[in-house]
Amino acid sequence: MGLLSKKDTKLITDPLADNNPITIQVLGICSALAITAELEASIVMSISVLFVLGVGNVVISLMRNIIPSKIRIIVQLIVVATLVIIVDLVLKAFAYELSKTLSVFVGLIITNCIIMGRFEAFALGNGPWRSFLDGIGNAAGYGVILIIVGFFRELLGSGTLLGIPMLGDPIEKTGLYAIGYENNGFMLLSPMALIVVGIIIWVQRSRNKALVED
Amino acid sequence: MEHIELFFKSIFIDNMVFATFLGMCSYLAVSKKVSTAVGLGAAVIFVLAITVPLNWLLDQYLLQPGALSWLGEEYAAYDLSFLSFIMFIATIATMVQLVEIVVEKFSPSLYNSLGIFLPLIAVNCAILGGSLFMQSREIPTLGLATVYGVGSGIGWFLAILAIAAIREKIRYSNVPPALRGLGITFIITGLMAIGFMSFGGMLTGGDEDTPVEEKTATIESADDHTEDEKVVVNNLKDNE
Repeated sequence: MGLLSKKDTKLITDPLADNNPITIQVLGICSALAITAELEASIVMSISVLFVLGVGNVVISLMRNIIPSKIRIIVQLIVVATLVIIVDLVLKAFAYELSKTLSVFVGLIITNCIIMGRFEAFALGNGPWRSFLDGIGNAAGYGVILIIVGFFRELLGSGTLLGIPMLGDPIEKTGLYAIGYENNGFMLLSPMALIVVGIIIWVQRSRNKALVED
Repeated sequence: MEHIELFFKSIFIDNMVFATFLGMCSYLAVSKKVSTAVGLGAAVIFVLAITVPLNWLLDQYLLQPGALSWLGEEYAAYDLSFLSFIMFIATIATMVQLVEIVVEKFSPSLYNSLGIFLPLIAVNCAILGGSLFMQSREIPTLGLATVYGVGSGIGWFLAILAIAAIREKIRYSNVPPALRGLGITFIITGLMAIGFMSFGGMLTGGDEDTPVEEKTATIESADDHTEDEKVVVNNLKDNE
């Protein structure tokens, strides 16, 4: 990649796997679990976080020399809150049904620890372009987990993906349902989100022994 | 009666950790030892008990559509609800800062034991979530809002206390290496959440039909929990 140096590429690829915000750094879990019963909600949530984190990181990085360190948390919260209000209003205008499904969790992007974590750990000490890449990378790492969880929960829970039936018709018994498959409604309930993430962590750490905790 | 009902409902049925996954980050990060978990849990109860009623007042007299009518006729049409995120988070940040200063002044020993957790709480989603759920569930009075704040705080406290106790004991168990630490904590939380789901029938006496309707009517789509319950009920009916 000519545009990105090797170090810059690492900023984006690292959070996708070995330094994933959710499974390794344990950040931003609340929203990751609560809205993953449908794949569509997961995707929209990922895009919202991508926007907030990418833009927010740039803004904080531009202001990093003029923010007094004593009140930096309040400044950061106000920047995030402003961006989240924009996302919330856009969602309400163009995808009203979806914004109902996401309900308060759009607002909770403000307190998503990934965002505060990246502001504190990266944007306050680096230039705008690198902060932007770092924001995009971390938001993508978050999105990957969200989309995996959403995919399995929607597929196994209601037999659809993005609302389109994938496994046949459960009422007329076509496709997989013809041989006795049943939707597992339990996948749609909140506890299964935790267990699915637990399994993702298990798989990831079995593949990469360096990540195992003792 | 209403107050007691909401109190137990916010502790057990709508438990912040197990039903809506709020405050998970600090729940997972600070639950390695019971003593630290107790400190953070107590601080969360305290901050929720202050901020939820305060934000209720803000919502009622400043942010809701038509809330400004106490200023005069011409302000009645104003709708400032788009400002609620920024107002709520500002209240929370201010209160956390204020609590920190007061505690430092009057009880240095408590300050030292809570010290690091207090600023952490400003970015705990459970605190903002409490205020946002208070708003979206349209809790009618200040008294109920206080009860809701305290109850949710206690629910969160119970959850982090339970997981900390389990994590202290699980060190002696033979967990598969890749699952140790975070993985097993997630799965245990999932199992605890399944346990807490059984509290759902607590206030209805196990009556199957009415509660689902009632819940969806009052909470609407405040959380996808109720939707899920309907799906399960439907699935059960299909099976029969």
